[in-house]
Amino acid sequence: MMNFLLIAVLIIAVVAIAQVLRLMELSSKIGGEDVNQVTNKDNDKQGRNLLIFGILFILAFFYQTYRWGGLALPVAASEHGVGYDNLMNVTMGIIIFVFLITMPLLFWFSYKYRGVNGRKATFFSHNNKLELIWTVIPAVALTVLITYGMSLWNEIMFPEDPKSSLQIEVYAKQFDWTVRYSGKDNKLGQANVRYVGGQNITGVISKSSSKARVAELTEELMSAKKTATTHKNAIKVRKAQDEMERLTKKIDLVKAIELQTTVDDLAIAEDDIIVKELHLPVGRRVQLNFRSQDIIHSAYLPHFRVQMNCVPGAKTSFTFVPSKTTEEMKTITENDEFEYVLMCNKICGAAHYNMQLKVVVESQEDYDKWMSEQKSLTASL
Amino acid sequence: MSAEHAHHEETFFQKYIFSMDHKMIAKQFLITGIIMAFIGMALSLFFRLQIAWPEESFPILESFLGGWAPDGQLDPNMYLGLVTIHGTIMVFFVLTAGLSGTFSNLLIPLQIGARDMASAFMNMLSYWMFFVSSVIMVASLFIESGPASAGWTIYPPLSALPQAISGSGLGMNLWLISMALFVASSTIGALNYIVTILNLRTKGMSMSRLPLTMWAFLVTAVIGVLSFPVLFSAVLLLIFDRSFGTSFYLSDILIGGEVLGFEGGSPVLFEHLFWFLGHPEVYIVLLPALGLSSEIISTNARKPIFGYKAMIGSIVGIAFLSFIVWAHHMFISGMSPFLGSVFTFTTLLIAIPSAVKAFNYLTTLWKGNLQMTPAMMFSIGLVSAFVTGGLTGLILGDSTLDINVHDTYFVVGHFHIVMGLSAVFGMMAGVYHWFPKMFGRMLNKQLGYLHFWLTIICAYGVFFPMHYLGLAALPRRYYSNSAFPMFDDLVEINEVITVFAIIGGLAQFIFLFNFFYSIFKGSRSGKNPWRANSLEWTTPEERIHGNWPGEIPEVHRWPYDYSKPGKNGEYVIPGQDFVPQTVPAQDGEEMH
Repeated sequence: MMNFLLIAVLIIAVVAIAQVLRLMELSSKIGGEDVNQVTNKDNDKQGRNLLIFGILFILAFFYQTYRWGGLALPVAASEHGVGYDNLMNVTMGIIIFVFLITMPLLFWFSYKYRGVNGRKATFFSHNNKLELIWTVIPAVALTVLITYGMSLWNEIMFPEDPKSSLQIEVYAKQFDWTVRYSGKDNKLGQANVRYVGGQNITGVISKSSSKARVAELTEELMSAKKTATTHKNAIKVRKAQDEMERLTKKIDLVKAIELQTTVDDLAIAEDDIIVKELHLPVGRRVQLNFRSQDIIHSAYLPHFRVQMNCVPGAKTSFTFVPSKTTEEMKTITENDEFEYVLMCNKICGAAHYNMQLKVVVESQEDYDKWMSEQKSLTASL
Repeated sequence: MSAEHAHHEETFFQKYIFSMDHKMIAKQFLITGIIMAFIGMALSLFFRLQIAWPEESFPILESFLGGWAPDGQLDPNMYLGLVTIHGTIMVFFVLTAGLSGTFSNLLIPLQIGARDMASAFMNMLSYWMFFVSSVIMVASLFIESGPASAGWTIYPPLSALPQAISGSGLGMNLWLISMALFVASSTIGALNYIVTILNLRTKGMSMSRLPLTMWAFLVTAVIGVLSFPVLFSAVLLLIFDRSFGTSFYLSDILIGGEVLGFEGGSPVLFEHLFWFLGHPEVYIVLLPALGLSSEIISTNARKPIFGYKAMIGSIVGIAFLSFIVWAHHMFISGMSPFLGSVFTFTTLLIAIPSAVKAFNYLTTLWKGNLQMTPAMMFSIGLVSAFVTGGLTGLILGDSTLDINVHDTYFVVGHFHIVMGLSAVFGMMAGVYHWFPKMFGRMLNKQLGYLHFWLTIICAYGVFFPMHYLGLAALPRRYYSNSAFPMFDDLVEINEVITVFAIIGGLAQFIFLFNFFYSIFKGSRSGKNPWRANSLEWTTPEERIHGNWPGEIPEVHRWPYDYSKPGKNGEYVIPGQDFVPQTVPAQDGEEMH
């Protein structure tokens, strides 16, 4: 009933507006002019409105910056982040400068040159000099920005001898993150999705993980075999037989992958450590190596100005130096609850908005202490 | 086709449904585009409610979305579905087909002086493929497993695996079928536009006398022909991966407890193919809007467009560059960082022709005699949005700076202003300006002003604050921002945005009303209501099939001779501040 009434009211309103408009247009016809042609009065009024809008627009920009500018990220917590913030500020400065020139011009011209019946507009169709000026000036400004940006980009993306950095893997899947440390040798072992199972969340390939994986699959195979031999229902038996076939194939594949992996690679994987928190020693260069198990995710560490996609079937990485501990950031942001965070920033499904990993930056001693409390994957299998 | 030939009796079906008259097809594109725009807008309001007040319950969501919003709480899967379909509809169905389809069809034959498109039948086919594609896309909202939900960029593997998100089942199939049809439609359309502009110009209409709209549409069509087929192949390979077990994009995937049999593919390949269309697409959307507003600004400033040749040069320059910048969407995709440098370079170069365009618009306004028609207001709005939104592109186009703002609300703010607002303003300007050529009547002026003011205020109210969200690192496409304490302070901004979005959305009903009211009851426009020079205003008010009753007029000059001084301090035609293209050169007149 309510809905019906609402619709009725809407229809009546629309009809009423239509009638009023009709009346206005008819009465202007009698006056001999078309109500929908612009008049001097319109030009005056709308020109003035545009000027007022232009002023309010600029004021709104300043007000928003005053009110919300403080919500922007705190100072960068990484070494390259300082350069990043500088470049950002320079670029932002240029943008705001141009914005504050062009917008007032646009709205001032709209007001100043609002139409008056009979006034002559100036016939001015081109001027090569002017056009050259506003081709060259942006070109020069851009050359500066491009050069500045590229040199920083090369510094960030092509670090010297990245393998000497602390090697850490960040592994993504719907909807959580897992961290693998490389252990004493600072070398991450190889990995494959077919090794994922039990404690081996990231699918590390080592002699012991291979053994554990084969054992796990063999157990499943045994239980399928039991069903196949003892069950009365023919369909269930058929299914169990299929399952057996699949499991046998899986076991063969796991073994084959182990055979394809060099002895060295198998050995360096033994001391890898799998944890659910990312701890980083302050001042030490780290290389985060990203992989994904299912779909594309993006590892976003905004406080460090770090972001990289995690792509299934490929390896990506980002090298940087954390420069402020969590405790220091608590002081800087005057927030006792401040925590670094790694979040997913590539649409990945229903719980995308809550795919996060706790990140802690601490002194080398605290880091060593924390690390000594972690068990290697081999030990936990 | 001669005018007499077109004069035979047409049935209702031939005239209104399967019409081959370019003016009718333009109206079909426009009305379908408006309907799609309202659908796309409604979807965005649904998810804006969720973003601003994630804990609240909105019965209106349940009445529209049913089981996807139990007790008025939006389901996270449907949230992503809404985001995806909103983006797809707005970019392709509204701002590509609705904008380019409408005005290319309406204006190309009229402004170059042709009876119709080169192939009227292909033109009709283009519309009907678009129509079917629209129906399929909208229908996908109603299926049980939900619409495509992988974002409008449909990156695999998310879009390839129903195990990853339910929308990647039937919903994704429908999306792919719909887009394949859409690509076919716009490619047919674009070929037709190119052929028409190049071959059917009337006598005297040389390329250097074409209105800038024609240049913009021509270049847009060329971009479309070169880039849409690449999207088609990307879609085709994705269909193969999804349905026939190939591994173009997929590799080493463990999902739902099973290792899938895909090996050797790379999702980055899809990103390359997608953005090879995806970036030129931005200009497919933007250039027609810039073309329309060039014409409108010049006409209503009563001045020639400043730097006609530079404007053409910048359109062509932007078009060329648009093909070599696609990977700036992929700086952190894992592609070689060396490519990052290259694409930063090419991307920032686009700022140069864009700056030329912006300054030329400003100079066109300078010392003009501005007629503040609603179309002119929207065009001024376009210049404002084009500059405001374009400037933040300097940050996103720089690979270094992109690292930390990639996929945040900074991007959402940027592209909605520079591409969304500019193109919507351009489209609106076009509708207000050429409504008389479509229906022989005027849109109501006062409602037009009201519509403009509410729209521009709300549009900036929605998209400007998003930059601050982005600088606070808020990722886009988050169903709720409550999972991270660092985003708690951003609630206020999100509420402001949603309030503006709702008001701005409601304001569009003013336009809707004005549009349909004026079709039937608007005041008669006469032949040339804006006192404009270009050829379409020489056609009779009755809008006949074949456009001109007798011979097609001959063209003697460019279309921008506004306020041109003649002899004795008078205009070229004494007492009239415009010189239509059909007027031959006067004695002693210096031609452009």
